[in-house]
Amino acid sequence: MTGTAPLSWYLVLSALLFAIGTVGVLVRRSLIVIFMAIELLLNAVNLTFVAFARAHGTVDGQVIVFFVITVAAAEAAVGLAIILALFRLRGTTNADEVTTLRW
Amino acid sequence: MSPLAFLVVAALTVVAALTVVLHRNPVHSALALVTTMCLLAVLFLGLDAQLIGFLQVIVYAGAIVVLFLFVIMLLNLERERRGLATPVVVGTATTGAAGLAVLIVRGLAGGAPPADAPVEARFGGVAAVAERLFTAYLLPFELTSLLLLVAVVGAVAIAKRRPS
Repeated sequence: MTGTAPLSWYLVLSALLFAIGTVGVLVRRSLIVIFMAIELLLNAVNLTFVAFARAHGTVDGQVIVFFVITVAAAEAAVGLAIILALFRLRGTTNADEVTTLRW
Repeated sequence: MSPLAFLVVAALTVVAALTVVLHRNPVHSALALVTTMCLLAVLFLGLDAQLIGFLQVIVYAGAIVVLFLFVIMLLNLERERRGLATPVVVGTATTGAAGLAVLIVRGLAGGAPPADAPVEARFGGVAAVAERLFTAYLLPFELTSLLLLVAVVGAVAIAKRRPS
């Protein structure tokens, strides 16, 4: 095979990763793993941004990814701190056992 | 990136992502997440996004996942007794996610330009990205520093052990 991979292939891969991440958020019970699946979702979208930036020949998409990575770092710090505090309080990181705010 | 190289990297990425979601041991999930990040960095390099590719490895694989591993080891998480939700939830979630993937592809792929249009040599480098970052996106960039400051202070405040 010669040439380069078309944009649609990147979009399909991105959609697949997003779907896998969504399944992870929905079916896993460990808060840490749910959090990792959220990172997977962010990365799937980043791939779309970079692919479109390449296709359009502008770096604006890459600048957005730069911001997404920054926000993901901040989100990971705060989220893991919350999980840590929750573990100290309740002794578990199982989402099924922390349902006080859920119906 | 050649189609063959893309297919190999894409297949590995999907396998690594599935491992993140399906493995029962959270440490293995985190290691699979590192693999996914690095493979995505390869894809970014293939898309002429050098800066983002290296940032992906440094920030995601180097900092964020290490934070995950640190918390996993601090909490001393064992394998989950019940890793997944009930089969009904799993089935519904999988079906819904598959439908979501189809919708995303159909929504995005309409009239998409080719991914191999010629670009200038500095495309995706530090200079090209920084030029946009410090002109058109200057205000969001400065606000980002505020966000990071708030996040750091907030994380310390939340995770600090309270004297009781």
